[in-house]
Amino acid sequence: MDAILLQILNGLDKGGAYALIALGLTLVFGTLGVVNFAHGALFMLGAFCAVSVNQFIGLEQVRLDPDNLTPWGTPVEIREPYIVSWLGDTGHLLLDYSVPVSILAAIPVMILIGFIMERGLIQFFYKRPHAEQILVTFGLAIVLQEIIKTWFGANPLPQSPPDAMRTAADIGVLVGFDPGQIVYPYWRLIYFLFSALVIGGVFAFLQLTTFGMVVRAGMADRETVGLLGIDIEKRFTLVFGLAAVVAGLAGVMYTPILPPDYHMGMDFLVLSFVVVVVGGMGSLPGAVAAGFLLGILQSFASMTEVKSILPGIDQIIIYLVAVVILLVRPRGLMGRKGVMEG
Amino acid sequence: MTTNTRETPQGDMVRFGLFTVVILAMPIWLMPFGAAYPDLMQKFAIYGLFAIGFNILFGLTGYLSFGHAAFLGVGSYTAVWSFKLLGMNPIPALLLAVVMSGAFAWLIGFISLRRTGIYFSILTLAFAQMSYNLAYSVLTPITNGETGLRVLNSDPRVLDHMMGAGEVDGPLVTNLFGMEMSGLPGFYFCAVWLLIGMYISFRIFRSPFGLMLRAIKTNQTRLNYTGISTRPYAQTAFVISGMYAGLAGALLCVTDPLAGAERMQWTASGEVVLMTILGGAGTLLGPMLGAGIIKYSENIFSAFNEQALHEIFAFLPDGIEAAVVSVAGLFVGEGWHLTLGLLFMLIVIFLPGGVIEGGQRISAAVTRLRGGGSGGSSTQPQPAE
Repeated sequence: MDAILLQILNGLDKGGAYALIALGLTLVFGTLGVVNFAHGALFMLGAFCAVSVNQFIGLEQVRLDPDNLTPWGTPVEIREPYIVSWLGDTGHLLLDYSVPVSILAAIPVMILIGFIMERGLIQFFYKRPHAEQILVTFGLAIVLQEIIKTWFGANPLPQSPPDAMRTAADIGVLVGFDPGQIVYPYWRLIYFLFSALVIGGVFAFLQLTTFGMVVRAGMADRETVGLLGIDIEKRFTLVFGLAAVVAGLAGVMYTPILPPDYHMGMDFLVLSFVVVVVGGMGSLPGAVAAGFLLGILQSFASMTEVKSILPGIDQIIIYLVAVVILLVRPRGLMGRKGVMEG
Repeated sequence: MTTNTRETPQGDMVRFGLFTVVILAMPIWLMPFGAAYPDLMQKFAIYGLFAIGFNILFGLTGYLSFGHAAFLGVGSYTAVWSFKLLGMNPIPALLLAVVMSGAFAWLIGFISLRRTGIYFSILTLAFAQMSYNLAYSVLTPITNGETGLRVLNSDPRVLDHMMGAGEVDGPLVTNLFGMEMSGLPGFYFCAVWLLIGMYISFRIFRSPFGLMLRAIKTNQTRLNYTGISTRPYAQTAFVISGMYAGLAGALLCVTDPLAGAERMQWTASGEVVLMTILGGAGTLLGPMLGAGIIKYSENIFSAFNEQALHEIFAFLPDGIEAAVVSVAGLFVGEGWHLTLGLLFMLIVIFLPGGVIEGGQRISAAVTRLRGGGSGGSSTQPQPAE
């Protein structure tokens, strides 16, 4: 029982990332009708926002201390981040909390990137065949990841969570297990809560605001919304920006769990597409549900007990589930009738 | 229509003859381009074959597969295993590779072809990623994981021992009845297979089967309404193109008996898509042309380094030269993939019909400028279908 609960918890953070990326993919596909293969690259760009913010506030000034000499007779170098010498303890705090702080930077940056992508490229592909949309965004994904590679190098850059959240929580005690049975790192818990919050925010935005109403109407019938005199193009740009922000935030918060490298976007993109297919193309709740479901399934498949019976199952479980779903229920778990059936 | 004069069987034979001459004469006419060395020409032939096969699926039926690198990988692994177990003769290796990749393609096609459009692309991509992951993890006993699979002197190589050629000093090279498959003979071996593949592709393009595939691309729903099940046709096309990929993968191992999982990565799948699009999807010669252009520029671009760039831009003033070199440096050497990605985008944005279509447009414009409104078959120099 405790083992099962632990695996469910372990799947939640990864599931959260899948759900967030799949949510953006579905939003873009549902409204703009564009299959965005560069969406994984947005996730990666978000992660590298966190890296840049960390590098930026971690900039150090080097002073020479003439009173202390090293054994070689040169003055000792004192390295201190500028931010600490300016702000004192607040600076330390900022450094410690660089990942959450990056969120503030990531939001405007991702909106900007989303706008540039949509206005500069995607908008010319609304009327072109899906194959060409796939190909051009695929090319864009390669370009983005190669740029990141030349800038940040090919090695993963580990980021650390704030000190206070580096330990693990013994949450089994809360539900009545013995201490030490279900231990779960705080940061993963925070990631899950964060993704739930973002997902809730997106849904609230779509359900409660007039803008969201228009977007939902656009997902149902783009043409009619246009005929009603609503400038749908302008809203599409905003929707694309929103999707970019969601993917970017998912990337920012994921950095302490997985050290970001330039190809993380593609790794997650393939899985997120599978998530979208399993959830049902064009269904937002489907994307979220399938994201968490597949995340949890993957964590179950990584259990040593399971792996000893079916070796390698953890590598392919997601694809196997997708195959079974497509054979049994081609529309996906919550797919709507008439959306991309074929 | 000008097509009926151009698509006669005689015309095809002439065109195929020309193609044969051009391919076989590659060592001569590639000389001025500095590309006439066997390693590169082998790549032209092998990737040309890969793209020609991919074109049978994508160009004719419109099904965009993002997983063809998996078949390339399967072909490679099968070929190396054949070298290990049977011997260094490439013929059984090629046959086994084609059979294995065909079977593999049948299985993946059987599942993926239940869906069309982007679903199909995503499914094939997922399968390719799955094969790639498996090759790196569980299947390590078969694939030798990250190290890559290679032929060892201690391998059984049954046929070689039967022929009395079991003991070899130095590295093992594939040989066709005593002829070593490296250098120029290796290129001609690949070229022969390329010509066979090209001929089959010609026949498929002109056959009723090919017509049916084109009908699938044009309007699948209408075909279904007329009471025709399109699945078997698409499935056959998928298997055929998978076999081409397997053959290409095996040929890669014939020229260099080493198979690694990185051949199955999604970038490799993307590359063959780019080759096909760059040349012109759905045209006979386009994919071969695209493969040649990509492999040639890959060769040129990755060979450049800072030193070479400084020499090229030496005529510029110092300050500008440094800036130009640092910008150009992003695109060459290690940065070749960046160039590839940009090329990908530019082609899709501006020339979705590929080089062949571009050539046709230019020639049409020239014809119009000359005022010859006839537009007859004789004024069409492009041998595209």
